[in-house]
Amino acid sequence: MNEALLEAHIVSNLIVAALLVGAALAFTAARRSVLWSRAGRELLRRRPIALVTILVFVMVALLDSVAWVGGGGTEDAIALEQSRPRSLIDRMFAPDFKEKSYSAPLADAEFYGGSKLEHPGTHLLGTDILGRDVLHLTLKGARVALLIGGLTSLIVIPLALLMGISAGYFGGRIDDIVFFVVSTLASIPSLLLLIALIMALGRGPVQVCIAMGVTGWVGFCRIVRGETFKLRELDYVQAARALGVSEIGIILRHILPNLMHLVVITFVLLFSGLVLSEAILSYLGIGIDGSWGQMIDQARDELARDPIIWWNLFAASTALFVLILSVNFVGDAVRDILDPKTLGGE
Amino acid sequence: MLAYIVRRTAYGFVVVLGVLLLLFALFFLYAEPVEMARRAVGEKAPPEVLEQWVVNHGYAKPTWWNAEAPGDTMIADHFRSMLTFDFGRSDSDDSPILGRIRAGMGPSLSLTLPLFAFGLVFGVGLSLFVAYFRETYIDRMGVVLCVLGMSLSVLLYIIGGQFLIGKLLRWFPISGFDPSPGVMMRFLALPVLVGLAEGLGGSIRFYRTVFIEETGRDYVRTARAKGCGDGRIMARHVLHNAMIPILTRVVVSIPFLFQGSLLLESFFGIPGLGSMMVDAINGNDFATLRAMVFIGALLFIGAQILTDIAYTLVDPRVRLS
Repeated sequence: MNEALLEAHIVSNLIVAALLVGAALAFTAARRSVLWSRAGRELLRRRPIALVTILVFVMVALLDSVAWVGGGGTEDAIALEQSRPRSLIDRMFAPDFKEKSYSAPLADAEFYGGSKLEHPGTHLLGTDILGRDVLHLTLKGARVALLIGGLTSLIVIPLALLMGISAGYFGGRIDDIVFFVVSTLASIPSLLLLIALIMALGRGPVQVCIAMGVTGWVGFCRIVRGETFKLRELDYVQAARALGVSEIGIILRHILPNLMHLVVITFVLLFSGLVLSEAILSYLGIGIDGSWGQMIDQARDELARDPIIWWNLFAASTALFVLILSVNFVGDAVRDILDPKTLGGE
Repeated sequence: MLAYIVRRTAYGFVVVLGVLLLLFALFFLYAEPVEMARRAVGEKAPPEVLEQWVVNHGYAKPTWWNAEAPGDTMIADHFRSMLTFDFGRSDSDDSPILGRIRAGMGPSLSLTLPLFAFGLVFGVGLSLFVAYFRETYIDRMGVVLCVLGMSLSVLLYIIGGQFLIGKLLRWFPISGFDPSPGVMMRFLALPVLVGLAEGLGGSIRFYRTVFIEETGRDYVRTARAKGCGDGRIMARHVLHNAMIPILTRVVVSIPFLFQGSLLLESFFGIPGLGSMMVDAINGNDFATLRAMVFIGALLFIGAQILTDIAYTLVDPRVRLS
């Protein structure tokens, strides 16, 4: 058990490092291209607040992904806590920053019973039924949300590009097969397919992301297929073929770069939908542990209590709402800037 | 035309077979029967009981091929039972699945039909209104409101609606259901209201884009040149020409009417197909899930075929290609 945890947090640290390197590489590559650097500046001009908000969420998620064992506090009571890896976010809160049960934001006493708190007046957003600090839980939810969006996109985008480009570029049999797979998956209502996949694959974060990936790649695959179909008829592709450039060379150098704007648009638009569907899955009991959706689900009975407990629901839903709103605003702007025509409608 | 319908339907049938194959892979090849039995009968059940359960529910047969009795395999059973709508019994409580689906359809429709009708009327009406005031503050406000509405989780709409209208204002009961029409209306008012509020943002935005695209076309300029008023242009010319995207959205959402709304039904205690799905998920009832997914897909495929045929009726240009 301990070893598994150890590995998990080391993997997570490595992923953070890889993400930072990847972001730096993407940034320098984008700087060199006129199209992308202009698009970036335009986006920053149009949606500064939303971009900064998203950046804050990403920072919190990254800080929560860097974890190590030990350090912080010397009391014996927290020896157990110390044997587990704790992230930078965890380390912003004392290891024993816990109460026995509910307490209101900044309260001095427990919500029920009124006995004195261990840390009076310090829980900015109160504590939940197990006495955990709600602010801490909410911050940790950012990592889950970005994990859902990120990991699923990592499945959706390569899969859709591979299938869509091969169908659109080579046509014929390959196109028939891809089209059949796509129409089969698309003919099952997406929430039902998602549920069926998770029930069969089992519950857990990776399984949920795989299920969402399988459900989500279909729409993007159709767009890629159509666009590739158009691209391969263009003069410069024909010229490259006449010059004897290999098929792989044409796809990598002429088709793929011309699809990148669609990748960016899809990623942004997909993201909010994924995080919102995870909230639904959480209600159905097949979501991901520690997500905001799960916090909202747990909080739904708390409004029926008297006096009501609102801070749990408030914290989780505000975080969820602000993130999704920012992503939606940025998504609209990204679509307008990069591609006002192709995706049209919704 | 007839050839097209036949061809389209044949392809639809092939897709149905594809869906069945996918369901087979998910629920028979991937899931462990003994594990399912343990979940259904209980953790501490003796092995004989588990085995009996597996045999009774048809999970003990050979998967692909039975040399002694051809046709007596899991895959044959799966295809046969699905295609003849003989769904058998639930994995969790042995109730007949088809009977439960029949019983659940009424309550589901009584929720989704008003939701659908009001949603369409308000969605199209409000987006016509917003599109009429395009490029003004009303339009911009409308779009921002839509994005705000789309950014809220469904869970929040439901929890908020129950709390505000059901608990604080006490206009309607928080949850429950009654088949007699008068009482049913009181129970359905809140879920319909919540469902409307939840879906409105997305649909207004969708229809607005459609209408705005149409208002940029030449025939609108012509209509204006011949002295047609703006209101008349929107209500007659633009609305008529926007029928294709509207129709697509409407027809494609019809299957969801039968399927019911998962979240609304289970939150508001409506005994429809949505609640049945939620129960099946919580009870690991694979047989019911399989039947529900199949029916959902079947309706969806049917709706897609209908849309394609309707296209050719509404738009003469499509017929040519």
